[in-house]
Formats: sequence, C-alpha cells, structure tokens
Amino acid sequence: MVGLLPLTLTAATVRRRGKRLLGPLDLTLDQGGLTVIIGPNGSGKTTLLRVMHGIERLSSGTAQWSLPPAEARQQQAYVFQSPTMLRRSVLQNLRYPLDLLGHPRAEASARAADWADRIGLGQALDRPATRLSGGERQKLALARALIREPQVLFLDEPCANLDGRATRDIETLLLAVRATGTRIVMATHDMGQARRLADDGVFLRGGMVHDSNRAPSFFDAPKTPELASFLKGDIVE
Amino acid sequence: MNDIFEGLAAALGLIVALDPDLIEISARSLQVSLTALVIACALAIPLGTWLAVQRFRHRRTVIAVLNALMGLPPVVVGLIVYILLSRSGPFGVLGLLFTPTAMAIAQVIIITPLIASITHQAMRDLWADYHDLLISLNTTKWQRVRTLIVDGRRNLLTAALAGFGRAIGEVGAIMIVGGNIDHATRVLTTAIALETGKGDFALALGLGFVLIALALLVNIAIHALSRTESEGRW
Ligand SMILES: Nc1ncnc2c1ncn2[C@@H]1O[C@H](COP(=O)(O)OP(=O)(O)OP(=O)(O)O)[C@@H](O)[C@H]1O
Ligand SMILES: [Mg+2]
Repeated sequence: MVGLLPLTLTAATVRRRGKRLLGPLDLTLDQGGLTVIIGPNGSGKTTLLRVMHGIERLSSGTAQWSLPPAEARQQQAYVFQSPTMLRRSVLQNLRYPLDLLGHPRAEASARAADWADRIGLGQALDRPATRLSGGERQKLALARALIREPQVLFLDEPCANLDGRATRDIETLLLAVRATGTRIVMATHDMGQARRLADDGVFLRGGMVHDSNRAPSFFDAPKTPELASFLKGDIVE
Repeated sequence: MNDIFEGLAAALGLIVALDPDLIEISARSLQVSLTALVIACALAIPLGTWLAVQRFRHRRTVIAVLNALMGLPPVVVGLIVYILLSRSGPFGVLGLLFTPTAMAIAQVIIITPLIASITHQAMRDLWADYHDLLISLNTTKWQRVRTLIVDGRRNLLTAALAGFGRAIGEVGAIMIVGGNIDHATRVLTTAIALETGKGDFALALGLGFVLIALALLVNIAIHALSRTESEGRW
C-alpha cells in the first residue's frame, strides 16, 4: 500500500462570507497514532477535519498529502458529526462503500454483516437505517467508515450520543483499529475520552492551534493557561 | 344534467358490451402514453438528477429553460413534430407521420421537461442530505446520480405519474401528428373531440369516463406496486 502520510498544512485558511473560520495554520500529521482535537464550540474543529479530508475548500494556503488529492481521499474515511444515513437498510448502508468500489455482492454482504455484528446491529440488518436511534446511527457510520480499511480515519465527535457502555465499545474498537496501523484524527468534547485515547493533542481556539503536544504532557503539563483551564472544565472563549 | 347520466349509461353500456372499438381505442391510448412515459422517464430522470448533483456555469439558465418548457403548448409541439415528420421535412423519409409512433414522439417532448423538473426538485433535497457523505466516499458523478435515483425512487414515482397524466389526457399535439384516423391513430382524447364535434355527447362522455377510469387505474396500480416493493417507508 502506498503511504498517504504525512499530511502537511501550510498557512491553511478558511474564510466564509468575510469571516475567518480557520487559520492560517501550519500542521503536520505524521505516521501512526491517534490525534485528539479539542476546543470550545465553534473553535473550528469540524472545519479543520474537513480541510484535512479535502472536502472543505481552502481560501488560501495548502493541504498536501503525499498522494494526489482524489487518490488520497480514497484511502481515508470520515465520520460526520451528524452522520448521514442512506435511505436503505442497515446492511445496504454498511456495504455501500464496498459497492462503490465494485466488490462482489456476496463478499460485500458478508463483510457488512460481520461489521454489523461487531457494532451490535447484527439483528437489525434489514431495518431501515433512517429508523435507528442516534447512538445506533453513530455506530453504523463508524462501521461504514471502517469497512474500507482506510489508512486514515477522521472522527467528528463519534461518541456524542452514546451511553457509557457504547462509548467503551467504540473506544475498544478504535484502539484495535489504531493497533492495525490506521492513523486516527478525532474531535471530541469528552475530556476523559481524550485522555484515554490520545497519542497527541491539539487545542483549537478561534480557528487557531493554541496549544499542541504529545499525550501525557498535553494533558498533565499544558503549555498555555487557556488549555489548562479548558481541561479543568472552565469556560474558555 | 341529462347528458351526464346518458354519458354514464353509454359508458357502462360500452364497457359491459366490451365494445371492440372502445377496447381498441383505449388500448392504443395506453400504448402510446406508456411508451412516451417510459422514454421520457429514461431521459428526464437522469437529466433532472444530474442537474441536482452537478454545478456548472449555466445551471440556473438550464433549469429556467426546463421550467419554461413545462408550459410548452401541446399544439405548438404537435405543429413542430408535424413539420419535422412531414414528407418534405428532415425526417420525412421515415414515414412516421400519422402513426402511433409520431404521437408518442410528440408526447415525449411534452412530458420530458415536466418529469425532469419534478425530479430535479425532489433530488435537490436528497442531494443536500447526501452531499457530504458521497463526496467523502469519493464517488464519481455517475455513482452519485445512481445513488440518488435508487434512494429517491418514491419521489420519482410522483414525477412519472404527473407525466403520465399529462400524456394520456393530451389532445392537441396527437390530433395534429396522429390525424385521428379510425383503426390507426384514434385514441380516447381525439375520439372524444370527434364525438363532441359530431354532437354525440353521450358517447363523448362515455369515452371521457373511460379515460378518467384508465388514468385512475394506472395511478393505483403503480402505487400498489411501489408499496409492496418497499414495505418500510423511509
Ligand atoms: N459555511 C459556513 N459559513 C459561515 N460560517 C461557518 C460555515 N461553516 C462553519 N461556520 C462557522 O465556523 C465556526 C467553526 O465551525 P466548526 O463547525 O468548525 O466548529 P466546531 O469546533 O466543530 O464546533 P462544535 O464543537 O460546536 O462542533 C463556527 O462559528 C461556525 O458557525
Ligand atoms: Mg464540530
């Protein structure tokens, strides 16, 4: 498999309607591990993830994978903050990414059924995906993202609607995925989760990288007072 | 008032007697309009969906033209098709004028913009919903169109039924290009026009009731088909 990383953002900036939403920021995403992106609401976490994935147009600057953009995106997967359910059954939702690549029907169905089992939807294969609960949708979206075995996985608050047990299941799954060498970038509001999973952390504030570091120090010895108070749960504007 | 009852009676009489002329005319109506519907759908559904998915410079203009074409007067369409198919016209050698094929061609031209426009409106909303996911999955244009058509098929039904309703009830264009020739191109609407002209209101009304019944039947049949096809509504 051709390597996709590193990803290099150079002065990447997103402006919409004269408002600066992100950047200019420089960031490099290296091989291996799980990066957690934290920050207050509206700080640009989703925008940053979309820029990395190549689905948000940059106003200036560049975002460069070591492969051409279309090829690079083929090796990535993205779980949206509010996941889109295709108006199809659970099984058909799961196999859809494989169908697009022209996998044989039987193989795609078998892999989809296997993933449904892993996320606890094995009994719901024929149910319309649009009728799933919020948490079930998030699990489905995660499995649908993983079914292509991407090299890089982007997650935008994957556990926002999940209860404790489901969150733990997802975290176990993510750790297993990371162990296979998949690069994970995840935005989250759950500081406990951030601590449990992160290899390194990025703190966004007002569309800028305010602080970033390798994992234990990011949480235990924050370099900026704003990150320190954000981690403590104080309100940071 | 009497005329209506007489019409009903006439219609019943014709249907109960399985009047061979009535059956022939009804069958031709169905044949012409269903042919036109299938061809128009094959053109209009991909076109309308593609317009929802594709951004290009003159997209708005194309959509405006499409909406304007919906209001195309059938008589004018008939006239143009007539000129194109007449012996001295560019397609004269095909010898299609005054055949059911010519009538189907005229109906295709009339209902394609209608079906495409309704398709486009329905698909625009679905595309807004699917946009991010389908872009993220690196789909080709054609895969996007296909996904929308498959998942939006219930909305397409509405578009197709609207098209069929317009086709089967249309009289101006097919009168011109078909010529209302007995046992060749006479259909329900042109027969009604003829009988009304002759002053045979009972028969005209009878044919009218058959026409309405036919349109209703096709609607119900298609709806029933689609319901069994997807039990769980989305
Ligand atoms: N297309 C757009 N036009 C204008 N403003 C936008 C657009 N998209 C996002 N924004 C704004 O950009 C800012 C950053 O949005 P973003 O979704 O990246 O934040 P976030 O960190 O993910 O927030 P949250 O924690 O609530 O998910 C917000 O203020 C948002 O309102
Ligand atoms: Mg967000």
